[in-house]
Parts: sequence; C-alpha cells; structure tokens
Amino acid sequence: MAGPEFTAPVLREYPVIPILQRGAMAAATPYLANEKIQEALGFPGKLVDDWHDKAIAKMGDLLGKYRSLKVFLDTCVHCGACSDKCHYFLGSGDPKNMPVARQDLLRSVYRRHFTLAGKMFPQLVGARELTREVLDEWYTYYNQCSECRRCSVFCPYGIDTAEVTMAAREILDSVGLGQKYSNEIIGKVHKIGNNLGLPGPALENTLEGLEEDIKEDTGIDVRYPLDVHGAEVLLVTPSADFFAEPHIESLIGYGKVFHAAGISWTLSSKASEAGNFGMFIGNYEQLRKVALRVREAAQELGVKRIVVGECGHAWRIAYSFWNTLTGIGAGANDPFAIQLQSQLDHRHKQPMHICELTWDLIQRGALSFDKEANDHRIITFHDSCNVARATRMGNTPGGQFEIPRHIIKAVANHYVEMAPGTTHEQTFCCGGGGGILTDEMLDLRIKGTLPRMEALKQVVDSDGVNFMVTICAICKAQFTKVVPYYGFKMSMIGGVHQLVSTAIKLGDK
Amino acid sequence: MGTIEVNGKTLETDEEGYLTTLDDWTEEVGNFLAKQENVELTPNHWEVINFLREYYTEFQIAPAVRVLTKSIGKKLGADKGNSQYLYELFPYGPAKQACKIAGLPKPTGCV
Repeated sequence: MAGPEFTAPVLREYPVIPILQRGAMAAATPYLANEKIQEALGFPGKLVDDWHDKAIAKMGDLLGKYRSLKVFLDTCVHCGACSDKCHYFLGSGDPKNMPVARQDLLRSVYRRHFTLAGKMFPQLVGARELTREVLDEWYTYYNQCSECRRCSVFCPYGIDTAEVTMAAREILDSVGLGQKYSNEIIGKVHKIGNNLGLPGPALENTLEGLEEDIKEDTGIDVRYPLDVHGAEVLLVTPSADFFAEPHIESLIGYGKVFHAAGISWTLSSKASEAGNFGMFIGNYEQLRKVALRVREAAQELGVKRIVVGECGHAWRIAYSFWNTLTGIGAGANDPFAIQLQSQLDHRHKQPMHICELTWDLIQRGALSFDKEANDHRIITFHDSCNVARATRMGNTPGGQFEIPRHIIKAVANHYVEMAPGTTHEQTFCCGGGGGILTDEMLDLRIKGTLPRMEALKQVVDSDGVNFMVTICAICKAQFTKVVPYYGFKMSMIGGVHQLVSTAIKLGDK
Repeated sequence: MGTIEVNGKTLETDEEGYLTTLDDWTEEVGNFLAKQENVELTPNHWEVINFLREYYTEFQIAPAVRVLTKSIGKKLGADKGNSQYLYELFPYGPAKQACKIAGLPKPTGCV
C-alpha cells in the first residue's frame, strides 16, 4: 500500500490551453479533519445536522464582515480572462479548476440566497440551492485552490479568488467539514508552537547539532541561539527550516549572515513557526491566535526587531496583516501594541524580511563573498506567490522581485531568468501552496506544477540551469517532492540563503 | 481511520496507514508496514528505524533529516550519511516512509 502511482503530464514545447476534461480531479479530495482536530480549534467535530442553514448563515455573516467578498461575488462578468491562468487547470484540464468556475460554485449559492433575482428567478441567473452535492463539491474544489492569486492579476475587476476560497473553507469549517492537513497543523501550533510539533528540547538539540556541523565545516563558531533575552533580532522562520532538506541549508545561511554582521539574534521556542495556516483556512480568529505567539515571544524576549525567514505566506501575514492583527508596525494602540512598539527599534523596517536584512548588509559592504564557491550552480529563481503578489520588500515598487535576485547575483556568478509570464507578479504557484501540501493530494500537486516545470525545462535546455532557488518552505518541500516526476533531481531545489551560506566569508580561518 | 491486522491483533491506524498508538509497534508490525510500502527491510533499514524510535522516545518528534543522516553516517560509514542514501532505503522519503514503518506519527508542516 505504497499509494497509487502517479505520472506527470508531458512537458510541451509551447504551453497551450488544455482540452477540457470534465471531472478529471473530482476524486482529489483531502482527508477530513477528525473530531479531535476540529474541536481543538472550536469547530464542530463532524458535519452538523442543520448544515444547510448554518452554511447560509455563515455566508451571510462573512458577507457582512468582508465587503470585499460581496464585491467579488457580485462583479464577475464571466469574461473568461482568468480561465486559463490557474496552474491546476493548466495541469489537469478540469474545467472546475478554472478560477471563474471555482468561484461560481459559491457564487451560484450566493445568488440564490442573497440577491433578489436569484431568489425570484433562480434558473435565469445561474442561482442554485445548497445541496449536499454542492457542499461536497465545495469541499473538493475549494481544496484544489492554492490561494496563489495568479488569476487575480489578470482579472479586469481585480477579483481575488483566494478570498472566495478562504470564505468557502471558513463556511466548511463552521459546519464541520475541516481539512485534516491544515487544521491538525494549526492545533499543533497552539499546543507545541510550530507546524511540525517540534518541542523545545528537540529544537535545542537540532540547533546544537548545526553549530557542531558548521564548526566542523568552517572552523568557526557560528551560533544558533534559542530564547536569548535581550537579543536585538528575533528570527521567526518556518519550522521546516529546522527539519527538512533543503530548508535547513537556508537556516544555516541566516546564522552565518548574523554572525558575519555581528548582529545579536535569537530564535524562540514559543514562536518557532513563521507559517500561519489560519490564513489558508480563512479563519480570522485562528490567524490572529497564531500570529499573537510571535508578538508575545518578542515582548518576552525584549527584542528590538523581528526578522522573518524564507516563508512565503508568513511574509504576507507579517508584511500585510501583523499591523492590524497583532499591532506590530505602526498604528495599533492597545497596551500590548504600545509596549511592543516602544521596544522595537524604529531605525529598522518592522517587520523585516531576511532578504531585506541580507541585501542591506551587502549594500553597506558588511558582508563579503567568494562567488566562485557557487560556480558549480547555474541558478534560476522561482518567485513564490505570496511574496510576489501580496507583499513588497525594500523601499521601491517591485522590491520583492529585485532584492532576492540582487542577493543571488551578489553571491553567485551564473544566474538565468525563466520566461516572462512565469515570473514576477505572473509567477506560477509551485502547486503545493495554501494547504494542499499533503500526500493525498499528490496527483493534483504533480499536475499543478506543470507550468513551472515547462518554464524550468526551457532554461535547463537553453542555459544548463541546475539549481532553482525559492524563498518559501512550501515551494521547497513541494518541488523536492514533485520534480522527480518530471525527470529532474530533487537536489536541484534550494533556498536563496543556501547560496549565501555557500559563498559567505566568515573571517580569517 | 483504518486498521491493520498483525498476528491476529487488530491495530488502529490513521487514514494514511500511520499507527495511532506508539506502543502498538513491534518489530513484526514494522515488517508488516514495510511490506505494505513495498520496502524490503535490511539491517541498514533497521539502523534507521531503531534510531528514529530512540530519538522519538527522547524528544517526542522524529529527528531532522540532517540529524538522521549524521547519525547513520556515524553508524554505517560516511558514504551512507546523506539523504540520497536514505532515499535509496526509503524511496518515498526518509522522513515520512521511515516514520511510518517505525510506527511514528507523520511529520506535518511544510516538509
């Protein structure tokens, strides 16, 4: 029972819109969260008896809270601009993976219950009743969206499909249909502090092992401090950085940067996770509760600034939401926020991305590199969706694209860009984002990565690219798992700070 | 939820076939789970499985891949202390497949 075998779609020379295959992905459904997982988050343990009324009431509640959702459900004119922009549609051909069709699963029920025309003449306006079949269809296809927001870039009205997906998942959770992967992980963060469920002593043991390894490799005492009070920087990074390959190589890189620059820093066993799957399930309370751990850790440790490691959606949450969510940044005026604000150092961006920190140090001449150490690598960069389409870095528009590339070019000699239309704000999702990175969704994940693989194949063939770096833990885990299906080696995936780690000079040996 | 039957005993697993109760595991159960995964267990596989279980008992979590490779390198020789060798032993990935056979819960998160 090693699971079903999957084969990847064939890589084509010129990407074309696939022939429609109705229901091709109808069976790709993630495991339901069990009662224990659901109840730990305050959701019903299983499908409630009055699910119909509860779901409609929840939809009404969300429409009242989020004006954006109502606008997105009202304004679509079915122009079709988004239809061929989704990686899951391009990889699977399932028409319900066209963003417009995905949204319409919810929109049709919205029309039936919340618009006059839909209440009076449902058939005329594509309105339909919420049946059990429709509910199950929501569960299937809203769990086939990685909330990457590529479709939104092409929508003339700027409809954010991810927000529709989040609303649908929130409704599903509220009637007892939660997704196991995301909800189990959120429960672990509340209980243990990170997505992995890595307890403090194990984290300490892992970090000590890293220090030994680096001492062995370089002869230098690079430290990976944990829970150090009064450190200047608190680094929050995805827990995968402590556990998985190649993630840990970037963690090594962060430590070397802090060491070389002489910045005092610490990790926290309480905030040992930058990721926040509360966003993936669209639940504000969970999102906030997970984010609060970072604020509490920062206050307890008395740090001056918070730096976020290589994690795509964590940076979105830090950059776009922390301000109002937990009062980090300017503006919030509750007592906790004021205290935190007064301890943060205003000479630095709050919060700061590790790439901003490293690039700033490079520009100031504080770091030096042996670029030739990366000469065995011909590198390309995969923009991660949340960083690309929901954040910025630095002080100029597009900084989130340029700063990681600047760093790569500062530490390595061979850099190749993938085709326009597959990078920057039009980047394709890795195929594993938004809570899809789970084994039972492997078929979808393989198909969804097709557009990225086609772009990668081009630069592999034309320029001999042998290393694709990203700044997201999900991208790294997803690619290492799926690239072998397309004939690439998993060792060709890495992180930006892995390159930094390879080339950085740590002083006289 | 699922179940497996080993030696007449019925053991509970999760949807993906990971044992629900750590103490249900015996070497026999390990052999059974390996067969389900199409993995033929050699002494080197057992080195990995035993290390995973020891580490889990101490830390309540599977070791980081790097910690595992280092330990295996020490036990079986430096040429085997890398993740490539671990993938040869456990093709579906040392973290997940080896944990499953060792009766440990599945590592979660962005891994």
